Amino acid sequence: MIPTTHVLILSAALFSIGVLGVMLRRNVIVIFMSIELMLNAVNLSFVAFARTLDSMNGVMFIFFIIVVAAAEAVVGLSIILSLYRSRKTLNIDEFNLLKG
Amino acid sequence: MQVFFYIFALLSIVSAAGVLFLRNPIHSALSLVGTFFCLGAIYVMLNAEFVAVIQVLVYAGAIMVLFLFVLMLLSNEEGMQQHAIRWTPAKGVAAVATLVVFLQIVSSFLSPAMRLGEPGTYDAATVAETGSIAVIGRLLFTEYLLPFEVISILLLVAVIGAVVIAKRRFN
Repeated sequence: MIPTTHVLILSAALFSIGVLGVMLRRNVIVIFMSIELMLNAVNLSFVAFARTLDSMNGVMFIFFIIVVAAAEAVVGLSIILSLYRSRKTLNIDEFNLLKG
Repeated sequence: MQVFFYIFALLSIVSAAGVLFLRNPIHSALSLVGTFFCLGAIYVMLNAEFVAVIQVLVYAGAIMVLFLFVLMLLSNEEGMQQHAIRWTPAKGVAAVATLVVFLQIVSSFLSPAMRLGEPGTYDAATVAETGSIAVIGRLLFTEYLLPFEVISILLLVAVIGAVVIAKRRFN
């Protein structure tokens, strides 16, 4: 029996690596991959709690989270493609369309 | 069994760190695929076989292929190759803050104040008897019917949105 605390610590570690990826990297696609990593860390904690609490709700939530992640990836990547066409770069510091 | 959990946990953290530190975005993406496979293996050990299967099929199979597809579409263009992390004072502060938050989360997991709620009715033996996919399917079409319908509309919106956004050229 794997201790739930260890799974939760692994989940926290993966989430923190994802946060660091968003904060430190400047490539939009790498930032986007870090967001996927954070979603996976959350899924891991859902699985850990679902097993400990003898519940199926965590698994159902993961089902929906994965669908939302797929939709998010599709829309996000098309936005990145579109931005690349207009800016010719993937560096997030160059994307200041909303700054006015 | 428990040894394999720690092996896969270590592998998943190493390949997640690869996403953070590798210079080439394509290497980062492949490293992320490795993380997803390790997480899939951990899900199997945590009695979530269905999640493990969709993890490998949808995440490692579909979403990451989409990422690689976009990366390779843009990869021979100028400005694609990225440098390593350029450290500035602000980034140092951000990294330290993230580390502090991580330690805070871990200490809250380890503290005796953390209590779990009431256990549910789906323990491992019951689920194994019916089969986890049968249980999930039944829940999906009874208790979770409305979210299931809503999520189908979300997928439709995402598909149409992606086509519209990727087609238009805005100047």
